Amino acid sequence: MMQTVLAVTAVILSLAAAGAIIRISRGPSLLDRVLASDVLLAILGAALCIDMAVNRHLNNLMLLVALSIVGFIGSVTVARFVADRREQANES
Amino acid sequence: MNPEASVVDNVIDTVSAVFLVVGALMSLAAAVGLLRFPDLLSRMHAATKPQVLGLFLLLAAIGLQLRTWWVWPVLLVAWIFQLLTVPVSAHMVGRAGYRTKHLHRELLSSDELDAVVQKAAQSARDESSRDEASDGGRP
Repeated sequence: MMQTVLAVTAVILSLAAAGAIIRISRGPSLLDRVLASDVLLAILGAALCIDMAVNRHLNNLMLLVALSIVGFIGSVTVARFVADRREQANES
Repeated sequence: MNPEASVVDNVIDTVSAVFLVVGALMSLAAAVGLLRFPDLLSRMHAATKPQVLGLFLLLAAIGLQLRTWWVWPVLLVAWIFQLLTVPVSAHMVGRAGYRTKHLHRELLSSDELDAVVQKAAQSARDESSRDEASDGGRP
């Protein structure tokens, strides 16, 4: 049963990652791309979780904890700089 | 191994399989939302699904599959850190999106931030005009 679950979730996550990548490449603004890359990170974490659950090991667990601790820094940084640049452009 | 234990094993396996599939479907829902929704704020709504509920379901499936009690605190730590950090990035992205007008204003049902922004801009204007007056016109 676990192998079936692995196949089904692999298909689902591949479709989801394709959707997020399409939004990254198309996305009209920079913030849309940041948001879609956050979703891509969540999909990657989901893939790590499913690998651990199906194969019953814990090799990725610390990677997952580190991902949930530092994963937000990138989008915060980009959002901060977007706000700064647009405000200066409005002033000048 | 007695038959009752294997029945329990089957139930736990089935529950964790359901958790895995539903957790993966959360990611698919987020991707569909990213592709179909019209503006940044509604896409942010869709993007939070795999980050909180999807991660919770998948971590619960790991805990059920491994059948050891000591993984649960580690999984709880991972989920709690996710709960603490996701709102920070969502706040920053939403703030930057509001400030840079990346939203369809006609889709909003109410905008409580608008009054606050107008008031802050008004008080900033007052402040700068008072500064110029007290400076005696110096730049």
